[in-house]
Formats: sequence, structure tokens, C-alpha cells
Amino acid sequence: MADEGSSSLPLGGMIIEPGNSRRYRTGEWRSQRPEVDKEKCTNCLTCWIYCPDNSVLVENEKMMGFKYSHCKGCGICANQCPAKAITMREEGVE
Amino acid sequence: MSKPIAVNGDTAIAMAWKQINPDVVAAYPITPQTIIVEAYSDYVADGLVDTEYICAESEHSALSICVGSSAAGARVATATASAGLAFMWEMLYVSASMRTPIVMAVANRTLSGPINIHCDHSDAMGARDSGWLQIFGENVQEAYDNTLMAFRIAENMKVRLPIMTCLDGFIITHALERFEPLEDEKAKAFVGPYQPVRPLLDVKSPTTYGPIAMPEYYYEIKYQLVTAMANAMDVARQVMAEYGELTGRRYDLVEGYRTEDAEYLMVAMGSTAGTVRFVVDQLRAEGKKVGAVKVRLFRPFPTEDLVALLRGKKAVAVLDRAMSPGTGAPLYMDVVEAASRIGSPPRISNYIYGLGGRDIMPEQLSSVFGEIIEGRGERVNYLGVRK
Repeated sequence: MADEGSSSLPLGGMIIEPGNSRRYRTGEWRSQRPEVDKEKCTNCLTCWIYCPDNSVLVENEKMMGFKYSHCKGCGICANQCPAKAITMREEGVE
Repeated sequence: MSKPIAVNGDTAIAMAWKQINPDVVAAYPITPQTIIVEAYSDYVADGLVDTEYICAESEHSALSICVGSSAAGARVATATASAGLAFMWEMLYVSASMRTPIVMAVANRTLSGPINIHCDHSDAMGARDSGWLQIFGENVQEAYDNTLMAFRIAENMKVRLPIMTCLDGFIITHALERFEPLEDEKAKAFVGPYQPVRPLLDVKSPTTYGPIAMPEYYYEIKYQLVTAMANAMDVARQVMAEYGELTGRRYDLVEGYRTEDAEYLMVAMGSTAGTVRFVVDQLRAEGKKVGAVKVRLFRPFPTEDLVALLRGKKAVAVLDRAMSPGTGAPLYMDVVEAASRIGSPPRISNYIYGLGGRDIMPEQLSSVFGEIIEGRGERVNYLGVRK
């Protein structure tokens, strides 16, 4: 939850600091999280191409998991994965 | 010295805008406002102003253009009425919350249906909760004076809210009256140059206007309007005092007439306020202790000023040129709320009148005074309706 008071916010909620959407953790919206099974993953990076929120982590051309601070859990990666290596799991459920 | 001339209310507003020379005017014509933008487009075509004049394809677009222009750093004016104002509905709230100090003339006309082009205040009353300031004029002179003052109030750094300068459709917009404009230089000096706040065109200070605000922020952004409205009360008072010094025409948020020793008051807004004072004079000549109250600033509502005027009175009639089917009308509700702060409040009744341009005659107002003096009358009364 934000803690700034009304009087300390810019007029009309205007954004006066460029690029501060990086600090907006859209991952809090997620109801299902993607999980990857690296046994099945072929590192084709189809998930990285399709992810609308740039939340697939890649290092040295290898798929390394998800950036959960920004992943909204849309499930496009799981739907597109040709190796069926990504599963969507309910948040808050073990 | 400025010379008195005879023009209608719409032309007087266009003349005020011409003196102010806003950067942008975006509008769509609608009766009874059309003369304003028609006259102004003549000034543009004749090169008398250098305003960017944009003919929009609808009122929704017109106000959207105004919002964008204001965010870009422009001083902006527009005008509308009735269905045009209703069509701006979405952008009314957006413009207030985005804190774009647009000045908009509203030539008060009723809302359909039945379709009708004549005066009542139902259009402006529908917008009373949008976060716009609302100021009402009684005649051509006040329509002009309110316009000059409106720019100062809206653009004040403690306010930064859009403002509606309301004038009664046809009664003020189209009636020829004698009025005294200020000399151009005096008007320009009074209004002063425009000071933008973080204009979009300032590329060195990039700004996003009107971003989404989720539940964590929406309430706080809305609360800013409450603060700005409270500030607007003092700012309006100061601007009116300064304008009084300049012109000798002394205005106030609420204006009482023969109220001091009065026992019975009648509250009104717009052109009817003059008729009320006429009736007060008539009844005073008969020895009746009556007075008139004119509300000039409707948003923010000057509750404390009303409390001071209502204290100690026996009964009050509030005239509303609008209705709220199923309960009392907006001005009545605000006056009752003000009176609720008084220990022994006066008896207050609501009189709905003049809907769809129905004439209001002095005899009718005399009989309303008669009713409240005798303690008759319902809580909400529909003056002159054929039941």
C-alpha cells in the first residue's frame, strides 16, 4: 500500500519522474504464476518473445525463469511453449 | 474611461475573451451559447486575436482538446450549454482531476426531454459534483465581470481548477443590455499572463498527465480537489475584492440585500436574483421585513457566508431553477445544510421555478413571500406548475 498523503502527491497525480513505472510492481496483480520445468525446456525462447511484460529472464541465451515482480500471470508463455515446459499454478496454493 | 455599450451576454463574454486572448479556444456551437464562439471566430478571422481556434466535431471532443491544450501549457477557454455540457460529462471529471484551469461559459439551458432550448439551471446542476468551480451571473455586466474574475480564480496556483461561468440562456445570453467593459489594457493587466504548471511542451521536464490511479492512489488524488476548493473560497474573495477596487463594482461569494433587519429571506441565483430584489423593495414599501440573497459562487459553496445571512431569520424560500425528482433541488439542499449549523434555524422551503424557460413574474415571488410569512408552503413546492 502506498503511504504518500494527498498533499505530497503532484497535482492531479501527474508523473514528474520519467521511468518510475519500473517501481510499479505489477506482479501484485497476479492470481496464477508461471513455473518452468527446466528438464523439458529447450531454451527456444518462444516464451521470451511472447511475454508482453518483458518478465522472462534470459542469461547467455538460456531461459532462466521469471521476473515475478512484474509478471502479471497472463499465461501467454505457458500457452505458447512448444515443449509444454511452463505450468500456471494458483498463487497462495502449495 | 470605458464607455458603456449595449450588447447581449454572449457577445460580452466573447469581448472578455478577446481582451484576454487565450492561446486556445476549442468549441462546438449550441444554442444559446453559439453567439459566443461565433463572435470569437470572427475575432480570430479578423486577426484581432492570435488564438488557435479549433472547431471540434462534438462537445466531448471540444473539452478533450481543451484538456490537452491546457496540459500542453495553454490558457484555454470554451463555451457550451445543455446537451453539450451533458456530452462533456466524462471530460468534466477528467479536466477537474487533471487540474486544467479551463474557463468555460455555460449558457444555462434545460436538458431534454422534452427537448427545449430555453433557460434553467439543470445543465450546470448536473455538473456540480465534477470538481469544476461554478460562478453565476445576474446580467450582461456580471457575465462579463465574472469571466475576467474566473480566469484569475481558476488559474491561481492554490486552485488550478476549471471554472464554469454560468449565465441564464436567452435571458442574459440574447438580451441586449447596457454594460461597461474595462479598457483592454486594464482587463489584460487584471488577468495577467498565464503561468503553466509543468507543461507537456517543456521537454526538459517530462511529465505524464492523467495516468491511471489504482485504489492505493485514486482517493488521495480526488482529495486534492477538496483542498483546492477550500482554497478557491479565499482566492475568489480576494479576486472579487481586487476587481471591486478596480471597477467600483463590489461582488461577493454571496450577496445579501436588505437582509440586516429582515425576518424572511429569498435565495436565488442568476437573472432571477434581480427580480427578487425588485419584489423585496415592493414588499418593504408595504412594511414587510423581507430580504434577498444572491448566491454568486455555487462551487465551492460558501456555507459560512450563508450561515451568517440566515442566522436569526424566521423563514427562508430557496428558489431553484432545476429539480431533483424525488427530493429537494441542489441549491435548497446546500442552504439547508448551511442552516443546520444554526442553533434555531429558520424554516426553509424549496420553490422550483422557471423550468424550460417558464417566465417567473414578480407577483409569483410576492406570493411566495406571503406563503413563508404565514408559515404555509410545502417542503418542496413547484411554483406555477399546472398539476
